[in-house]
Amino acid sequence: MHSFSPPSRRSFGLRLLSGDTPGHPVASFLMAVLVFVLAFAPLLFAGTRAVATAARVAIFVVLAASYDLLLGYTGIVSFAHTLFFGLGAYGVAIALAGSGPSWSALFVGSAAGIGFAALLGIGIALLSLRVRAIFFSMITLAVASVGQVLASQLHDITGGEDGLTFSVPPLLSPSFHPFTEPVLGVRIDGRLNTYYLIFVVSLVLFLLLLRLVNSPFGRVLRAIRENEFRAEALGYRVVVYRSLASAIAAAMAAIAGTLMALLLRYNGPATTLSFSIMIDILLMVVIGGMGTLYGPAIGAALMVLAQYYLEPALQFLAELTAPFPLLSAVFQPDRWLLWLGFLFMLVVMYFPAGIVGSLRARGLYSQTR
Amino acid sequence: MKPSERTLPVLLVLLIAALGFAAMPFTDWLTLSAAGLAMGMMLFLMVAGLTLIFGLMDVLNFAHGAFITFGAFAAGTVFARFPQLVASDRWEENLLILALAALAAALLSGALGFGFERVAIGRVYGAHLRQILLTTGALIVAEQLAIVIWGPDAIPVLKPAGLRGSFLIAGAAIEKYRVVAALFGLFVFLLLQGILAHTRIGIIVRAGVENREMVEALGYRIRPLFAGVFVAGAALAGVGGAMWATYAATVTASLGSDLTVLIFIVVIIGGLGSVGGSFLGALLVGLVTNYVGFLAPKLALLSNILLMAAILLWRPRGLLAAGGR
Amino acid sequence: MTEQPLLVLKGVHTHIGRYHILQGVDLEVYAQRVSVLLGRNGAGKTTTLRTILGLWHASAGEISFDQHRLNTLDPPAIARLGIAYVPENMGIFSGLSVRENLLLGTGPKGFRNSRLEEVLASFPLLREKWNLPAGTLSGGQKQILAIARAMMLPRRLFVVDEPTKGLAPAMVDVLLDAFLRLKEGGATILLVEQNFAMAATLGDDAAVMEDGRIVHVSSMAALAQDEALQTRLLGLSLASHQ
Repeated sequence: MHSFSPPSRRSFGLRLLSGDTPGHPVASFLMAVLVFVLAFAPLLFAGTRAVATAARVAIFVVLAASYDLLLGYTGIVSFAHTLFFGLGAYGVAIALAGSGPSWSALFVGSAAGIGFAALLGIGIALLSLRVRAIFFSMITLAVASVGQVLASQLHDITGGEDGLTFSVPPLLSPSFHPFTEPVLGVRIDGRLNTYYLIFVVSLVLFLLLLRLVNSPFGRVLRAIRENEFRAEALGYRVVVYRSLASAIAAAMAAIAGTLMALLLRYNGPATTLSFSIMIDILLMVVIGGMGTLYGPAIGAALMVLAQYYLEPALQFLAELTAPFPLLSAVFQPDRWLLWLGFLFMLVVMYFPAGIVGSLRARGLYSQTR
Repeated sequence: MKPSERTLPVLLVLLIAALGFAAMPFTDWLTLSAAGLAMGMMLFLMVAGLTLIFGLMDVLNFAHGAFITFGAFAAGTVFARFPQLVASDRWEENLLILALAALAAALLSGALGFGFERVAIGRVYGAHLRQILLTTGALIVAEQLAIVIWGPDAIPVLKPAGLRGSFLIAGAAIEKYRVVAALFGLFVFLLLQGILAHTRIGIIVRAGVENREMVEALGYRIRPLFAGVFVAGAALAGVGGAMWATYAATVTASLGSDLTVLIFIVVIIGGLGSVGGSFLGALLVGLVTNYVGFLAPKLALLSNILLMAAILLWRPRGLLAAGGR
Repeated sequence: MTEQPLLVLKGVHTHIGRYHILQGVDLEVYAQRVSVLLGRNGAGKTTTLRTILGLWHASAGEISFDQHRLNTLDPPAIARLGIAYVPENMGIFSGLSVRENLLLGTGPKGFRNSRLEEVLASFPLLREKWNLPAGTLSGGQKQILAIARAMMLPRRLFVVDEPTKGLAPAMVDVLLDAFLRLKEGGATILLVEQNFAMAATLGDDAAVMEDGRIVHVSSMAALAQDEALQTRLLGLSLASHQ
């Protein structure tokens, strides 16, 4: 799809999206709703839990989108993405728990976590060039479990299984109340600041990723994914591009990890390193649509919503089928992962392009008719 | 493959055993070696099918752990159904119930493997990305289904009365069940090797692991053969899971996914596609896990991954990689 | 020639990935004759053989063998019609013993003694190496094993891809003998061969490929005598090649 107008003539909005739109009215609508809800979550929802959920969605959008850079745009399946997420979170947690709630500790901690993640990302990319795809996936699984083991065994540094609880700089702390009265009906406090810090950083990172995949760099990545040898023959250094993509994806996941740590004011193996988070990321990216960035964003939102709304729906079905114990057991509210797992398998088998990819294909079809 | 390439890995296993011997008191060494052998043999049962399936069709099943889980639950269910045979003090009744449990595990996991190969695996031949994703999804679904059927809590798996307790050999306590598990695993290994070496099907399987296309050009259909190997591998994994759960005396729905990293390490160490390699890999992992667990408990979890890294540095394709890949 | 050809290719196209390799191949192979397929590297000779065996899928055209349409069959079915294939890389299973490699060339009933004795008499070397892994054989020995394996059953057509590639001259002579004996026994052979001397000695019919098409068909004798034609089609002449 060529755009014949020069970039400078494009509308500001289109330029912000790097000329890459969701590509179908339904996808655009979902994205608009997502951005709107996240932008005004503290005004729309009363409870702190709901706002924390919105923050979690924003963080997972970045995490899933950064994973898409690997899976969708580079075509490698890594199970070690949570490792980067955890590195960012532990960077913040260790620094803040160790030297108190100062901004300098926060910056040093996140920079260390992010830098380490980027280096590890390069290392993993080099590994992916040396071994075959399937071998690589198996090894990343082992690498991820090394991360978990280290986090729970290096008790003195990481707090072991219990993790680390810490205080954040005053401006972000829940006890920060500059005004006694709500301003325009909104309580200004550290939680609100934290939320908007997370929202803005996530938004910027997502737009950066969009810019990246639509740049010449992103096009080379896709060329490598389609045919590594051909790309190499055309003069692109596959090593360099893959390493850079992996480092960027790792750094972004690490930033998402720092945001998670700030949100929870806690970090432990279960919150950022567990295999179930890796599964969540996979579900988000694949169901949403690999290689679209919007797909993982929508997938992240759907996953979180599913956990909220699938449970009552299943509860209803479970009660309805109560006379048939086995059927009823399938509809137990706790079994939402069963249904998402099924959905995931169906998507991989029949709609490998996911929600956004399938919508886009339909959009193109109706245009050509 | 030159003979020396085969003998070095065997020597490595002996070397590890010797290192263990030098590093600890004799009675501990004997106990731990027996434990390592038993663990290794159970792991071997779990990975034999996985490695052959990969060799034949270039299919790596990330859901292989599901067969382990379902086999374990099948055994637990059989033991719970016939408590009088489990508690009996007659050894032939004990062995009967053990055989029944293994049979149930093989049947359930084999049936599961048959359905999975039919419905899902066949759609993703040659597409590695989708293969990894699809089988990972299947592992999630299988784990959830196990919870649906057997509940979210751990189920106790009572081992037959005659297999509880230990022998005392040279002052070292060696659990009876471990001896049975090690002997059974060894028996299955020899049986598999015999089939692969001496039967027509075995020769075709070995040829197919090396060069699938040429086997087809000679007039043999690989696909049904592969389906057969897939089902047999699933059944073996089920038996391995049953024996593992019987040893651990408990089973949860996450057993298979918990063991996935370990079985992948064994397959990678052994070399994808090689039954003999995964046998040696399983032995190495079993021994190293037990020795390190005794000498430096903190390192126990990492030791296997370090072992894998060391072996890959020595032989990037594993101890006995099969085929020209 | 009035009799029906055994194997006929009509307008066969083959795509590999995005590359269009065969662009309308027409070829006829007659029973009890040796047909030699010649051409420069990359002309599509190996692709033609692989397409006949069903190892590549023909995107257009017809391939018929006797009464059968090969286009719709998979490689095992094609092989079971009595077509033996010896690929360029010989397709020897290096982890299997010589005996096991030969066994794979037999039917479900295994070795038939008369046939086995016949083959082993032709290639006594195989008897010596009987239980050794085929991976320990030299390149020429592997080639002999591959051809012996193809001969373990009575075949209606042998499809052989560059058997002399990279072999020492002495080995080439052994192979030539083997093919001559096969030919005397009335076998039908479709042979890709770069060694023009060998091709000229064995061949009855010749076809030359260029850019995915057959550009010349004649008797081998006619081609062997016409040096100008050889130079034009193959970039070489019989004299220069020796």
